[in-house]
Amino acid sequence: MARCRLPLVALAAAWLALPLAACGSSPTSDAGGSPSASRSSSAPGSLRGEILVFAAASLTDAFTTLGKQFQEEHPGTTVTFNFAASSALATQITQGAPADVFASASTTTMDQVVAAKAADRATTFVRNQLQIAVPPANPARIARLADLAEPGVKVVLCQPEVPCGATAVKVFANAGLTVAPVSLEADVKSTLAKVTLGEADAALVYVTDVLAAQGAVTGIEIPAEVNASTSYPIAALSASRNPELAAAFVDHVLSTRGAAVLTAAGFAAP
Amino acid sequence: MTSEAGTTPDGIPRRRVASPRTPWPIAVPAGLAVAFLLVPLAGMLIRAPWGQLSRILAETQAVEALRLSLICATCATVISLILGVPLAWVLARSRARGTRYLRALVTLPLVLPPVVGGVALLLAYGRVGIVGSHLDRWFGLTLPFTTVAVVIAETFVAMPFLIVSVEGALRSGDRGLEEAAATLGSRAFATFRRVTLPQVLPSIAAGSVLCWARALGEFGATITFAGNLPGVTQTMPGAVYRAFETDPPAAVALSLVLLTVSVTVLVLLRDRWLRPGADV
Repeated sequence: MARCRLPLVALAAAWLALPLAACGSSPTSDAGGSPSASRSSSAPGSLRGEILVFAAASLTDAFTTLGKQFQEEHPGTTVTFNFAASSALATQITQGAPADVFASASTTTMDQVVAAKAADRATTFVRNQLQIAVPPANPARIARLADLAEPGVKVVLCQPEVPCGATAVKVFANAGLTVAPVSLEADVKSTLAKVTLGEADAALVYVTDVLAAQGAVTGIEIPAEVNASTSYPIAALSASRNPELAAAFVDHVLSTRGAAVLTAAGFAAP
Repeated sequence: MTSEAGTTPDGIPRRRVASPRTPWPIAVPAGLAVAFLLVPLAGMLIRAPWGQLSRILAETQAVEALRLSLICATCATVISLILGVPLAWVLARSRARGTRYLRALVTLPLVLPPVVGGVALLLAYGRVGIVGSHLDRWFGLTLPFTTVAVVIAETFVAMPFLIVSVEGALRSGDRGLEEAAATLGSRAFATFRRVTLPQVLPSIAAGSVLCWARALGEFGATITFAGNLPGVTQTMPGAVYRAFETDPPAAVALSLVLLTVSVTVLVLLRDRWLRPGADV
């Protein structure tokens, strides 16, 4: 490319887009202003730069707190999160998404990432169990798990591909119940939202989601003998452009300070 | 590309008028635009799991989702025609103050992010919504999680496409015929039905196709308002999204089905009605 010539009409939009489009070597700029551009690999000992953490939707509140803690402990670092269904995140990572750390809500999804050589090894850091979430008014008068199988009760579950959905399938199998859900949601937070909004009579979500909803839903315990749990593994990803920082964040999650935040959010020790 | 049709008409001095060479500041971005639009589609065709296509489509409830998509999009288009064409007429003909604002408001879903539309629908027609709570109390009707909710969500986002295209035609159409009909004693509704409507038929057809295509691709409002359950509320875009999370080849296979439907629609129309200003 010989030189960059300014467009004839200097529109405001063109002016804004110039640094990206006019002189760029590639016609496809990465959307969202590329937070990774300022990333720098730091010398050992001095943690700097940014990392992008892909985490299960159920970790939203706990990890947001952990991220703030980490940034306070290490000034000059930025931790950005992408919260979604673990299965969706695993697909994004194996398709080449620029993530540095993956925290999944099931070993199955983490195994996919390890099998695709996107991570070396994963460490389980917490476990989580399901609870029945109902609106505070409890319009369908749900008192126990078997009530979800009653006809006319609007039950919303996570779709079976995502960890909370897979765990719900186990719970119903353990209890010998057949439940016909009215919707299978893409992740646990949208499942919870259907109850928060009063559209669904009940949903199976994690204990931690009921706690995080802060009274917007009421939790009903599932008997321990039929309840199922899921393990949360975390791994620094091989493709990370800032491996030191990624490893440091994983260490922070595994530290006693990290464990305290996770316990407060309702997660169980692994 | 130069066209052969550049012969000089009516003895005008030899000057290339019909097809000048495209200047490079136009040709280069235009070429990039073509690549930008077509490369993703090419990528899908190249990476498509052709060998396993029939197996995937048989396994993934694709037929069920496609059937639901086609039925719901068609229902949404029919509702849009019944309600949208009269509204387009009101917007084009009304001299009442505030028509401009009304037009802006009813075409808002054109620019509104669909998921916001879904939230709005939930707050209006959901079980505890401002309208939905009465439906529940008086008739025992709840809309979310039903196929009707899918049709409502699709109509909400797609009807403005029909309204805009029909209203445009009504405004640019020949008012003289309507006035002639009126002087000959035709009543207003008869004039609408027998003079105005036939005039704007091509635009109604074009608007319906756009509306139908938009409804077929609806995702954000549907998954928010209607939920996601195979056979009841899971349309093709929902099935693609779900498949992509666990089985990307299946998502590609499902996308190919939707691509085929879209291409078929385009071929059937042969771009006759889709060019702006090509109607009448």
